[in-house]
Amino acid sequence: MALMQNLTKLLISRIDEYLDAISEGMIVFQQGLLDYLENRMTDFEERMAMVGQYESRADKLRREIENQLYSHSLIPEMRGDVLGLLEHLDNIIDVAKETLTQFSIEVPDIPMELCADFSDLTVSTVQAGEELVSAVRAFFRELSRVKDHVHKVYFFEKETDRIASNLKMKIFRRDMDLSRKKHLRDVATNVAKISDEAENVADRLSIYTIKRTI
Amino acid sequence: MLLFFLSSGLFLGWSLGANDAANVFGTAVGSRMIRFKTAAIICGVFVIIGAVIGGNGTSETLGKLGAISALGGAFTVALSAALSIFVMVRLKLPVSTSQAIVGAIIGWNFFANNPTDTSILIKIVGTWVVCPIIAGIIAAILFILVRFLVNRSRLHLLQQDQLTRYGLIIVGAFGAYSLGANNIANVVGVFIPSSPLHSLVFPLIGTFSGKQQLFLIGGISIAIGVATYSRGVMETVGSSVVKLSPLAALIVVMAEATVLFIFASQGLNTFLTANGLPPIPLVPISSSQAAIGALVGIGLVRGGGKGICYSLLGKISLGWIATPILASIITFIALFFMQNVFNQTVIAPKTETIQIQSHTTEPMEMDRQIQNKKISVFYFHENLHQAVQGNYSLSMGQIVTNSFNHFMHVKRLDEKALYPGLIGLLKGCCVGDTG
Repeated sequence: MALMQNLTKLLISRIDEYLDAISEGMIVFQQGLLDYLENRMTDFEERMAMVGQYESRADKLRREIENQLYSHSLIPEMRGDVLGLLEHLDNIIDVAKETLTQFSIEVPDIPMELCADFSDLTVSTVQAGEELVSAVRAFFRELSRVKDHVHKVYFFEKETDRIASNLKMKIFRRDMDLSRKKHLRDVATNVAKISDEAENVADRLSIYTIKRTI
Repeated sequence: MLLFFLSSGLFLGWSLGANDAANVFGTAVGSRMIRFKTAAIICGVFVIIGAVIGGNGTSETLGKLGAISALGGAFTVALSAALSIFVMVRLKLPVSTSQAIVGAIIGWNFFANNPTDTSILIKIVGTWVVCPIIAGIIAAILFILVRFLVNRSRLHLLQQDQLTRYGLIIVGAFGAYSLGANNIANVVGVFIPSSPLHSLVFPLIGTFSGKQQLFLIGGISIAIGVATYSRGVMETVGSSVVKLSPLAALIVVMAEATVLFIFASQGLNTFLTANGLPPIPLVPISSSQAAIGALVGIGLVRGGGKGICYSLLGKISLGWIATPILASIITFIALFFMQNVFNQTVIAPKTETIQIQSHTTEPMEMDRQIQNKKISVFYFHENLHQAVQGNYSLSMGQIVTNSFNHFMHVKRLDEKALYPGLIGLLKGCCVGDTG
C-alpha cells in the first residue's frame, strides 16, 4: 500500500514536471522569436538551445510516465487516453523547436513593417499552447475547469488564424520577390502551427473529459 | 450419503459463485483495476464469512415457506431449481437463483400437500420487486454524493485511481459478505430441516451448529465457483456488457451490497424492532437485479433515463413470475419421479413442531434442544400409535418411559438433566393430542 502511494506521488510529480517543461518551453519559444524579430541573435540562439533542452526533457519524462503507467497498471480505463494526451501535447514543443530551428537555418528576412504582426502571431499562438497546458492540468486535478481553458484554446487558435491570414495578405501585397514572399508565408504558417496542434489536443481533451466524468 | 444429496445444492452454490461474483468484482477485474487472483481470494473468503455468520435470517424465511423434511426431497428441490435456471437461461430470460429456489419449495409444498404460507410468499415476492428500486435509490443518492465530492476534492486523477482501487476492494469484500449472507439460503437452505449434522463444540471457541456447518459447506461451494469459473464472466461484465467507470462501478457494487445486506442482516432487524421501527423481511434476493436497479438509478441521475432499456426491465419483471412457476412445475414432476421411480423418500413422516421455552439465549443451544425435542416427540407418537393399535395395557407413564428410552438410545445421549423437561414436554403433548 505504501509502495503504491509512493508510486502515485512520484508519477504525479513527473506529470507536473512534464507539463512545466512544455509550458516553460512555450515561454522560451516566444522570447526566442521576439529576440529574432529584434535582431538579438545571440539571445535567440541561446533560447533555441533551451527549447531543445525542454523538448528532450519532456520526451524523457513522457517515456518514464508511460512505462510507469503500464508496468503498474495504473488508471487502466484512462491510460490510453492519458498517454495519447501526453504524446499529442509533446507535438507542440516539437513544433516550437522545429520552428526555431527553421529560423536559425533559413534566417528569414522579415521586413521591419511586418515585425509587429509576427510578434502578435507569436504571442497569440503561444497563448493557445499555454491555455492548453492549463487545460491538461485541470484535466488531472479539477475537471470542471477544463472547459474554461479549452474554450480559450479555441479562441486563441482562431485569433492566431486571423493574424496569420492578415500577415500573409500583407506579405503577398508587398513588393518583394515571390521566393521571399513564399518563405515568409511558410515561416508564418509554422509559427501558427502551434495553435493548430493545441486545437487538436483540445478536441481530444474535451472527449477525454466527458469520459472521465463519472 | 449426505454429500451426495447435498451435491445439487453445491452445484447451485458453484454456479452462484461463477455468475454472481461478477456482480461484485466484475468491473474491477474487467477494467484491470484489481487482479482476478486478488478478487477471487477476497470474494471467496468474505462469501464464506458472510454465509456462516449472517446466513441464518434468509434461511429461516425459506424454512417458513416450506420445510423440506427429507434429504431426498431437498436434493430434488435444489436440482429442480438448477434445472429451471438452465431452462430460463436457454430461453434467454433473466433468471435468479432466489426465484428458482422459492418456486421449487412451493413445488415441494404442492407435492407434499403442505399449505404454502401466502403471507410469507407475498413478503418474498414483494421484496424481489422492491429490491431493485431500493438499489436504484441508494445508487442515485451515492452517485450524486460521490460526484459532488469528486468535483470538490480536486484530487489528482492518479490519487482518485488509487482511492477507487482501495474502495473497490473494501466495497467488494462487503459485497461478497452480503452475497454470502443473503444467498446462502438458496444453496443449502432447503437442506436445513433434514440435515443430519450435529453441533460441534470447540472448547474455548464455541459451538458450531449443524446449520452453520451447512452454511460453511455451501459457502465453500460458492468460493469454488468464484475461483474456477467466474473469471470469464467478470471480464465480460467488466469490459463489454455495460461500460462503467470504476467509480460508477464502485457505487453500483455499494448499492447492491447494501441491499443484499439489508435483506439478510438479523442484527439490523433486531436494531429496528428494538427502536420501534418495522422489521425488514430477511429474504434471499437476486444480486444481478439489485445491480441492474443500481445501474438504472445512476442512469436516471445522469441522463434522465434516456438510455434505459425498458424491454430488459420488462423481462426482469416477467422473471419474477415465470421463474417460480417453472421451478415449481419442474420440482413437482421431479419429486414424483424421485419418489415413484427411484424409490427415494422425498417427504419424511410428520413430526410435531413444538414451541419450547428455554432459559438459554444461546441460539446454537436452542437449536440443539429443538432438534432433540422434535425427535423425542416423534418417538412418543410412535409408542402412542402402538398403544392405540391394540396394546392397551400400556399406561401413559410407560409410553412416556418407552419414548424416552427410544430417544436416549437413538441420540446416544447421557444428559439426565433433560429428563424432567422431557417428561413434562411429552405429557404436554399427550394432553394436547387427546384434548
